[in-house]
Amino acid sequence: MGSSQADQKSFQIPAGRDPVDVFERHRAELERSRLTATVLYGGLFVMALAAAVYISNFFPDRLAAGVPKIGDYIYDILPVLDPALLFADSKTEGSVAYWYFNLPKYVQLLAETINMALFATIFGAFGGLILCFPASRNLAPTGWIYFVCRRYMEFCRGVPEVIFAIAFVWAFGIGPLAGIVAIAIHSAGALGKLFSEVNENIDTKPMEGIRASGGSWFDEIRHGVLPQVLPNFVSYTLLRFEINIRASSIIGFVGGGGIGQELYYVINFNFYEEVSALVLLIVATVTCVDLISERVRHRFIGRENLVRENLA
Amino acid sequence: MNGITDADIRAAAERFPEVFHESSRVVWGRRALFVGAIAYFAFCVWAFEITFERLFGGLHKMGHVLYSMVIWNDFLSWDFTGILIGLGETVGMALLGTTIASIFALVFGFIAAKNVVPNRIIHHVVRRFLDLLRGVDTLIWALVFVRAVGLGPLAGVLSIIVSDTGTLSKLYSEAVENIDRKPVEGVRSTGAGRMQGYRFGFLPQVMPVFLSLSLYWFESNTRSATILGIVGAGGIGMQLSERMKVQYWDQAAFIILLILLTVALIDTLSKWIRMRLIGKREL
Repeated sequence: MGSSQADQKSFQIPAGRDPVDVFERHRAELERSRLTATVLYGGLFVMALAAAVYISNFFPDRLAAGVPKIGDYIYDILPVLDPALLFADSKTEGSVAYWYFNLPKYVQLLAETINMALFATIFGAFGGLILCFPASRNLAPTGWIYFVCRRYMEFCRGVPEVIFAIAFVWAFGIGPLAGIVAIAIHSAGALGKLFSEVNENIDTKPMEGIRASGGSWFDEIRHGVLPQVLPNFVSYTLLRFEINIRASSIIGFVGGGGIGQELYYVINFNFYEEVSALVLLIVATVTCVDLISERVRHRFIGRENLVRENLA
Repeated sequence: MNGITDADIRAAAERFPEVFHESSRVVWGRRALFVGAIAYFAFCVWAFEITFERLFGGLHKMGHVLYSMVIWNDFLSWDFTGILIGLGETVGMALLGTTIASIFALVFGFIAAKNVVPNRIIHHVVRRFLDLLRGVDTLIWALVFVRAVGLGPLAGVLSIIVSDTGTLSKLYSEAVENIDRKPVEGVRSTGAGRMQGYRFGFLPQVMPVFLSLSLYWFESNTRSATILGIVGAGGIGMQLSERMKVQYWDQAAFIILLILLTVALIDTLSKWIRMRLIGKREL
């Protein structure tokens, strides 16, 4: 389908030949090549899939043994709620209060998680802001600064937060600091790339004006570029904040602070009802933050045109 | 032609005061923002127990980590087969997980689309169910599935399937809701049956979007599958986190490099597939 433009290039009908016949023959040829491609690539895909099935032990017997256990597990973590006692106090089994007996602790941890995400997003945005100008093709002062900044950002966003967090937990000790630094570094890489893409699409006339009146490179950036790109930067930063809320809720798995640490603990020690309580709380929080931040984002730029690829 | 005098400037300042002096509202707003930022920063330093001692001790240790990442000891004695198997597992988990999730999403995507199933109750129930699958992070699902089916890549594949079914179904259903009815009507007007209308008027609109979304999610899953091993759900993450825990930073750096390379390779491959299958059009 994609190569059809190339196939339709100035097709000349030789003299003395029936056009319909030529058309049919050309069509048959195209269909044949398409069939070959389909069989070839389809076969490759099926082979890759078979290899994946083999590697990950995705066999019917293991599935038959495993999947019912998932059902059992989900049944286990669901709370026992008695409709008659739903609003009784936390001492009564079957009430919501009994299910969420640890709520004050959860709320405190959730607040810590959100705060971690916010703090890390601010630092990540600063990092991205500093990195993005030398990493934009049209703004970079010299070639090698551009190259270094680009590679550095690729490294920062290519390594997942959790991997950074393992190293920082070793360096800074268990606690939120390690998680914040990990998330901030990853965000700086991801935001720097998005920011530099915004920079590459700007109107260069304001910059030229500032250069013409004797401004330095910093003046050009501050007064010629920043006013154009700031709304987009804010929008991307808010989007990153949503992503970082998710990240900070799981970074505790490796000791990076926040509610993930508690979740890891209750899952591994099989405190069943607390698992569902925590997971529901996290999902609710993430959804709420998403909704609020979406509202705010739409105020900064009306209809955004985010290419999904840029979010990774 | 330098006709602008001081008197001219003064006259202009009188006529347009807001250009020459910022209004007190702007000035005070900026001051309040500044004070607020300082206060928030101080609060965070206190709340997260960030001390100079910890910070500089940690940075010193990180310097050591970076140093040992660059100096590779006994390179030839490293467990290359284990690392490569881990990488293969990671890509395999992502491929299998995304493929199966796409098949589920094909079903749920149509059920969750308003123009296919107009019943509001079914629509809401399915949407909230998908939100739940999507809202729980893949790593949390992985931890749960490790408890259920044991350590290994199977738990990883299942977690990718579950969380991606949520995401892809939602995106698929949005694609279905955004289709143009006219091509279907056009096909029907030529005397085609209901199924033919769907086949030639409907599918050509949604298939490229579906494929593109699944390909993108395959890339994204290769990234996220690299960390599933940390909770024991298979893949390279296990190898990586174990080496980091015993401070084999050089081997960890090697694995990280391999992961970056693999992800870049998958990116290129999927871009090529996308170009071939659906032309240059982006998402």
